[in-house]
Amino acid sequence: MLKPMDTQYGFIGNRSHDPYVAGRDTLSKEEQDGECIFETVGEVTSPDPIISVRNCNVFYGDNQAINNVTLDVGRNEVISLIGPSGCGKSTFIRCLNRMNDTIEGARVEGDIRLDGEPIYAKEVDPVLLRARVGMVFQKPNPFPKSVYENVAYGARIHGLARSRAELDEIVFSSLERAGLYAEVKSRMDEPGTSLSGGQQQRLCIARTIAVNPEVILMDEPCSALDPIATAKIEDLIEELRQNFSIAIVTHSMQQAARVSQRTAYFHMGQLVEVGATDTVFTNPIHRLTEDYVTGRIG
Amino acid sequence: MRLSTILLVYIAILIIGYFAGRQKAIAYSHALDAGRTMHSLPMYHGYYVLMWGAIPAIIAILGYFFMGDGLVLDRVIAGLPDEVRSLPESRLNLVLNDIRVVAAGAETSGESEAYIQSAADSLNAGREFLSLLLGLAVVALSSTGCYLAWRNLSGDFRARNRVESAIQVLLVMAASIAVLTTIGIVFSVLFESIRFFQKVPLFDFLFGLNWSPQTAIRSDQVGSSGSFGAVPLFLGTLMISGIAMIIALPIGLMVAIYLSEYTTARVRGVVKPLLEVLAGIPTVVYGYFAALTVAPLLRDFGLSAGLQISSESALGAGLVMGIMILPFVSSISDDVINSVPQSMRDGSLGLGATRSETIRRVVLPAALPGIVGGFLLAASRAIGETMIVVMAAGLAAKMTINPLEAVTTVTVQIVTLLVGDQEFDSPKTLAAFGLGLTLFIVTLILNIIALHVVRKYREQYD
Amino acid sequence: MSEESPSNSALRSSVETRKRVEASLGARYRRENRFRFFGLLAVLVSVSFVAFFFVSIISQGYTAFTQTYIQVDVYFDPDVVSPDGSRAPDVLSQVNYSRLIKDGLGSMFPEVSGRKPKQLLNRLVSNGAIYELRDRVMAEPDIIGSRESLWFLADDEIDAWFKQYSRGDDADGAARLGDAQIGWLRQLVAQGRLEQRFNTVFFTSGDSRDPEMAGIWAAAKGSFFMLVVCMSIAFPLGVAASIYLEEFAPRNRWVDLIEVNINNLAAVPSIVFGLLGLAVFINFLSLPRSAPLVGGLVLALMTLPTIIIASRSAITAVPPSIREAALGIGASPVQAVVHHVLPLAMPGMLTGAILGIARALGETAPLLMIGMVAFIVEAPQTPLDPSSALPVQIYLWADSPERAFAERTAAAIMVLLAFLLVMNATAVWLRSKYERRW
Repeated sequence: MLKPMDTQYGFIGNRSHDPYVAGRDTLSKEEQDGECIFETVGEVTSPDPIISVRNCNVFYGDNQAINNVTLDVGRNEVISLIGPSGCGKSTFIRCLNRMNDTIEGARVEGDIRLDGEPIYAKEVDPVLLRARVGMVFQKPNPFPKSVYENVAYGARIHGLARSRAELDEIVFSSLERAGLYAEVKSRMDEPGTSLSGGQQQRLCIARTIAVNPEVILMDEPCSALDPIATAKIEDLIEELRQNFSIAIVTHSMQQAARVSQRTAYFHMGQLVEVGATDTVFTNPIHRLTEDYVTGRIG
Repeated sequence: MRLSTILLVYIAILIIGYFAGRQKAIAYSHALDAGRTMHSLPMYHGYYVLMWGAIPAIIAILGYFFMGDGLVLDRVIAGLPDEVRSLPESRLNLVLNDIRVVAAGAETSGESEAYIQSAADSLNAGREFLSLLLGLAVVALSSTGCYLAWRNLSGDFRARNRVESAIQVLLVMAASIAVLTTIGIVFSVLFESIRFFQKVPLFDFLFGLNWSPQTAIRSDQVGSSGSFGAVPLFLGTLMISGIAMIIALPIGLMVAIYLSEYTTARVRGVVKPLLEVLAGIPTVVYGYFAALTVAPLLRDFGLSAGLQISSESALGAGLVMGIMILPFVSSISDDVINSVPQSMRDGSLGLGATRSETIRRVVLPAALPGIVGGFLLAASRAIGETMIVVMAAGLAAKMTINPLEAVTTVTVQIVTLLVGDQEFDSPKTLAAFGLGLTLFIVTLILNIIALHVVRKYREQYD
Repeated sequence: MSEESPSNSALRSSVETRKRVEASLGARYRRENRFRFFGLLAVLVSVSFVAFFFVSIISQGYTAFTQTYIQVDVYFDPDVVSPDGSRAPDVLSQVNYSRLIKDGLGSMFPEVSGRKPKQLLNRLVSNGAIYELRDRVMAEPDIIGSRESLWFLADDEIDAWFKQYSRGDDADGAARLGDAQIGWLRQLVAQGRLEQRFNTVFFTSGDSRDPEMAGIWAAAKGSFFMLVVCMSIAFPLGVAASIYLEEFAPRNRWVDLIEVNINNLAAVPSIVFGLLGLAVFINFLSLPRSAPLVGGLVLALMTLPTIIIASRSAITAVPPSIREAALGIGASPVQAVVHHVLPLAMPGMLTGAILGIARALGETAPLLMIGMVAFIVEAPQTPLDPSSALPVQIYLWADSPERAFAERTAAAIMVLLAFLLVMNATAVWLRSKYERRW
């Protein structure tokens, strides 16, 4: 296991930018533009981490998209990542199951571990990793197949089911757990794209949990949905927490407040503040976090 | 009067008209009270005058250009001796050709008959007269047009609107050329085809197994009509384009997949232009390549393997045709694969699928309609391809499905029947139009289906 | 954690999941590698097609750019050239100049006797030599009576032999020449009377029955006329049509019909356009057969859809904000298009037009239909004269039995491909120079 967080991840930046500045009247231009280096404030570590990230940097060609981020995702916890557009929160969660490998020119540095094993080590197989760390995307993206085949896809490619009965079991129980079974049980052979937007997104969640991952990453899963569909997904996330650890990127602070136990605030590729969700929203430490949650920036 | 002189005079009148109109408008604008402006700039008044000078005369010029020679020829024919006029059309055409040559002042072979010389003289005289007439008409039409339009101008004349609506009419006409072309194609093949099918029943043409139009050596021969069963041609066409598709489809598709899913931008930047080079090579060059490089290679290879491969084998032509449509297939597939949204690939990769699983189980099924559409377009190209088969496939129509033998195709027959001396009205020549009609209909259907499928596919992901 | 999943089955345990995924990995990666290998193979195969194609064309054709010349001592014998002493052009043009060459060769090889060997000897020199002599004498009649060493085109078989000989290949075995001829040739080589020079004839003359006198000039000029006709019709029409369809066309059935027609015409086989040209331009409008004018018209109809499609995408690439800005300050729609959209779209349209002519330049099948397959020696002076075209010349030569035409065909192909390359490079240059991202 990793040692608990110690001072080696401590202060890096320019000392003149005092981090404990909630209530300070003005931010310097450098701070707003993210041109100086912040020290992350709050609880970056977790007592029982499933994923731990240390000093992560991500580059797209010459552009640095993520700057020295250190953060834990706890077991059976929902952590939400918030921040203004382009702050790097999506890039960050794509590091956690090596989805950035699929982008030409992307380079990830730092130490990222799943259950203590470094996931960027040479011997780690990204296919197996992604089976263990599932992902749900911004836009519902069902495959051009039937509802049944959409959910069965992961089980089929990974060889999870040894018989038709096992496959049925996996598909139906995943749909059940995604709260979709009742709605689609008579439509198993219809194309996945024929469902409504909210149903499609729950289908994508069912597809992900059919592979039985340990962590589910969600990249703004509700940004394309209406409020009612959003509420259903949020309820689902709450239920899924029993069995999975979830990292969710969201644009909506209210959603973060509703679904997550911990919240991390990103600004211009840096992690500014992490903490218990209610603390971050009601009593933020960093001035930038306060500005964001009170709606002054973002 | 020479055509170039007429055109110069015409242009001069138009320029004068333009400046006259502009000048008049400028005069009006000077007469206006301060603070008021004219509706249109003087320039537009100039264009308005120019437009009215140009249009009627251009119609006269075009009419002369396309019909003039025909009119004169009719008169010349009317002046020919009766026994010449009553010749069959094909012979008459030869005579007319001689007359044209003599009229153009070429050295005659000396033995040209008197009536040809006089007809040539009257042809020249008729042409001279007609061009004089044209010159007068152009001067009269353009200057009258300009004058009338010029008289029409006034201070608040809305010249710009007039000019702009005229421009719009021109634009509509330009756009309608496409429809006219299609109509032209349909009529030009349809009329002759109907005449062909009056001589050879449609059923015999479509389902007959014997194709030998060349038996019609002399029109007075017994049984000279030849036989026009086109099935061997259809079979040959299908075989050659089938071989081409068998080569081009898998390779083209795999190239597209490899380039769009596996390589870096740098490799793509090298390979794609190379394939575009292949796509830009004229078909006659492929034909040369097929006939003089590939066919001998195949024949030698066949000899060493103990196979009898004809030097005009379907295999050789099909092989080269496959190379020809390969870049076409790969660029369409590339387009289609790239329009599958990245989110779909991410969804699959995010579940832990390998790249090839993602491609085979998600990308290709999603792209299938587009790929099918592209394949249909490629098939239509292969069927309509002419030069490769003319140069590398055979002439004899054979009912065979052995790709090592020589077969002939629809396009080869069209070329053979129409190149060289033609006798119109003989079923042999008309048969080419019958084949052309068949070819046009088949490729049209393929194209319509393909374009429809591709468009629907695009709309799905837009 | 996940052990307490609701379904409680072994399937839902993450340990079991992991085991099964790991078990599947070996086979899956083998499939992955196989698939990838096939992809790479396909790319390599197509790239090697390209390579094989160019290597074969160039290796067959490069030899045609040189031509063997043979040096003959010619005595401008007054008895032959002007027996009556007259130097009038019409007399000099009728002289039997082949006698001079025969005599010249005879004096160089005095040992040759007999009708047959003498004929073979005379065949060392191209038939075109007599015209060279005639032109020479008519240009400077004073030459009559003098003796000169002149270089003449060698016959095509001699040319082939000498090219192989100078490469060091086994020329004698491959040549269709008798031992006597080869003996003479070796003597000529030893005397330095055979020489390879750049083949100017190939670039400056028209078609000929004799390969050594055949050239591409007449065909190239015919192609040039056709492309001029084609572009001066297709480009303005194509641009006008695309402006109408993109900027002014209402959404109605007529416009839909036009669009469907354009897309279909782009895929109609070119030979069908040839049938159209034959039926409409030649039979109905009785325009002259084999004329570049008719060829240009047919090619214009063929390239029109390509140009329209390219021009339309050039117009769509101009952002609507430009139009709105112009309309917003009171320009009429026509003014907005002519002053703002058109200049911005022009590079794209030109690119499309160049690619269109590049395609038209290589098009052969429709030209066969309208009779441009004639044997043309003289370059056409106007678009109404009978003419050949570059690709048709390739087709005709490819059919000729003489070996020497094979290398000239490949050389003509190289010239054609060079033109196409220049056009495409221009298009690429235009595109990259004026391409804008909005």
